[in-house]
Amino acid sequence: MTAAAETVRTTRARQPLTVFGAIGLGLLALNVFLALFGSFIAPNTVSALVGGGAFAPAHDTAFLGNDYLGRDLLSRLLNGAKYSLGIAAAATALGFLIGMTIGFSAAEVRGRFDTAITWLIDVLLSFPPILLALLVIAGLGSSLPVLIGTIAFIQSPRVARVSRAVAMGIAALEFVEVARARGESLLSVLAREIFPNSLRPLAVEYGLRLSYAVLFMSSLSFLGLGIQPPNADWGSMVRENLSGLYYGAPAAIFPAVLIGILVLGINLTVDWLSAGSDQRISEELR
Amino acid sequence: MAAVLSVENLSVEGRTPRGAWVPTVRGVSFVVEPGEVVALIGESGAGKTTVALAALSYTRPGTRIAGGRVRLLDVDIFALDAGARREARGRDAAYVAQSAQAALNPAITIGEQVAEPMILHGVASAEEARRRATELLARLDLPNPSELATRYPHQASGGQQQRVMVAMALTCAPKLLVLDEPTTALDVTTQIEVLKAIKDVIREHGSAAIYVSHDLAVVAQIADRIIVMKDGLVVEEGPTAEIIDRPKHDYTRELIGAVKPRPTGERGAAAATAQASLLEVRGVSATFARPSLFRRPGLEANVLQDTSLDVRPHEVVAVVGESGSGKTTIARVIAGLHPALSGEVRLGGRSLAPRANRRDRDALRRIQIIFQSPDLSLNPEQRVGEAIGRPLELYFGLGGAKRAARVAELLTMVGLPSDYGGRFPAELSGGQRQRVSIARAFAAEPDIVLCDEILSSLDTIVAAQVLELMRSLKATHDVAYVFISHDLATVASIADRVVVLYAGRVCEIGPTAAVFSPPHHPYTALLLSSVPALRQGWLESVIAARPPTQAQTGVTAPRDVGCPFRTRCPLAIENICDRLAPPARHTPHGQTIYCHREVEELEAAHA
Repeated sequence: MTAAAETVRTTRARQPLTVFGAIGLGLLALNVFLALFGSFIAPNTVSALVGGGAFAPAHDTAFLGNDYLGRDLLSRLLNGAKYSLGIAAAATALGFLIGMTIGFSAAEVRGRFDTAITWLIDVLLSFPPILLALLVIAGLGSSLPVLIGTIAFIQSPRVARVSRAVAMGIAALEFVEVARARGESLLSVLAREIFPNSLRPLAVEYGLRLSYAVLFMSSLSFLGLGIQPPNADWGSMVRENLSGLYYGAPAAIFPAVLIGILVLGINLTVDWLSAGSDQRISEELR
Repeated sequence: MAAVLSVENLSVEGRTPRGAWVPTVRGVSFVVEPGEVVALIGESGAGKTTVALAALSYTRPGTRIAGGRVRLLDVDIFALDAGARREARGRDAAYVAQSAQAALNPAITIGEQVAEPMILHGVASAEEARRRATELLARLDLPNPSELATRYPHQASGGQQQRVMVAMALTCAPKLLVLDEPTTALDVTTQIEVLKAIKDVIREHGSAAIYVSHDLAVVAQIADRIIVMKDGLVVEEGPTAEIIDRPKHDYTRELIGAVKPRPTGERGAAAATAQASLLEVRGVSATFARPSLFRRPGLEANVLQDTSLDVRPHEVVAVVGESGSGKTTIARVIAGLHPALSGEVRLGGRSLAPRANRRDRDALRRIQIIFQSPDLSLNPEQRVGEAIGRPLELYFGLGGAKRAARVAELLTMVGLPSDYGGRFPAELSGGQRQRVSIARAFAAEPDIVLCDEILSSLDTIVAAQVLELMRSLKATHDVAYVFISHDLATVASIADRVVVLYAGRVCEIGPTAAVFSPPHHPYTALLLSSVPALRQGWLESVIAARPPTQAQTGVTAPRDVGCPFRTRCPLAIENICDRLAPPARHTPHGQTIYCHREVEELEAAHA
């Protein structure tokens, strides 16, 4: 048998790191570090008055100056990181769990179930998200679980739609047919065949949804519906310190810049990832 | 006269995923004289398309020209700037891609697309270009060209699309035509027509051509000279007759050896024992149309219509037919992947549920399926060991070391190293992946393996090896095959019985030897005569022998009444074949032909 004599394609490709990919990963890593350890390295607590009064410029105990109540801005920024990134990441993860389950099932089961799900997704997508969030939070009050649940709920129909489309493409492939003909259960087909092959395209979607969640969370906080005082995420800090802009104090600028850096980091990472997955799809599914 | 194209010492490099440049074409030189058709032949990965594209000074993404010169009409084409190169492409040299479906713009009508190059290159005014486009379509034997010009590509058949591509390439009367496997994706019956149209039009135009193909028999019909390539090197070059009759290089001989003999009825008749059927397909109809709330899809939408077949234990039943004949759907119905509208599938006398998820585990185990594409039939995220091990776990509850040992055994059985279990499919070649699929099917210890075109995406030599593997597995296992294929020569060499499908209906069924020798159903006769022979002049002789009615292509007849083949049938009887379903005719050789003509009449048609 001369099977071994046939040419063997090289091993699975790794995406080479680009300059922008490295910048994105770096910024993202910085944010993750701040979210994990920010509270521990903060020199002051979130509510301690550090002296110097409202909007005081940088001094010995507050390297970035004071906020609108005379608290240490740097410490508050360091503490806010975990809310800004953490809530967004948790909500997006939950949204993906719900959305992927629904989308994958619709794609594999097809028929009336699929039609009903698609219709439901369309209905949910027709609500303006911020209005939906305002309704839920006004009704249930603002707390961490409610915030995470609301953002996840708003994310899930979009995720379901994308997952359904991705899974439809995979479900039509021959190895999935083989699994069905072998008698695999629905759960097994979803978990073994469809899920692992959807990860690359959906990782890109996760990044996009994550940056959307960061911005959405910031918007909610800016409207006063997010994290409640004395704690604050970066979105609430923009709102709190907005009045400082009239006096030339940069207190509102810092959290806004941090939000920008976080979203930029996510987006650059996603761009780098998606370039890789496009290439890989064209190579593998040729 | 100077050569149309001269390639001197051309080298091309390709980029590996790790970013290193490796040579894919090494020091290739050849010349194409005016009016000459030169064939580039070799297996996939031999570099033949890369060389052909370099003649247009085009490199695919991830490849680059590493050295050498290409002179097109005495101009060094690599030295030209991008603008001048664009000018030359389409005007001096034109390209016809393998898949017309992918190459044609679905949003522009055929007429507009064919006219576009003439307008772009300023050869003709818009109106003149459109007129000439219609003329060109007519010259490629396309039926009703002025009407075809107003249609969109998806409204034309595959063979028509391919000819439209050739028409498009010819618009500016290029001196060189580059044809990249233009008939590979077509059915044999369509291939003949396209091949003849291409040949005629090249002769009329006097253009030179490069014809890229892996099929020696096809190349023999059209090429003046053949260049054999392997691993980026030219291994042999010479006039067509020379290469075919007196090949010098071992590799050329291997290629010629891999050309299958034309199917004949010479294979010994199978033992037609009266064994009970293992699998019975009874009166199955199937459709792709989805029933709407208000209207059931009509019969004309059926891809299978009242189809029956039997498979006995340890038997190979082949299902043959053109694309669209419903042969794949039959396999999917049997496997429970496509529920039938009506009819039933019985396994060992027991009726099977139409859907796989309603069948019991043992029934599922006994029927296994192997698909066509080795690229798509293995989960890219699963290691080979997992893919083969899954049926062991599911059907026999094997796990751990026992499972690993059995996987290694199965790998050895299909001719792969036993330690391949840890590899991912992307690390294997196409032929190796197909072997993994075979091992996965045999892991279930099935009674029946459904083989859906399992050889057609493999290179000739690899396909021959895989076929040999299937044959040896059948000898050592108690297994029956349903062997679905469009390749009659392969079928003739492995099948005990053959079912010929056309437009979802059985035309003919019987022992292989009987089906491949007269009398034939007219459709079987057409299929058989369309298989290219490895000799020059075959194309002309078969076209000359063919009655003119067969120039029509495409299945246009409504399929609900009468014989579906009547519009292409040279023996069709007016007012009978279009009104009544054809009756079954039994021959003394044990075959059944569904035709309005008597067996004697069919026999006489071949005298």
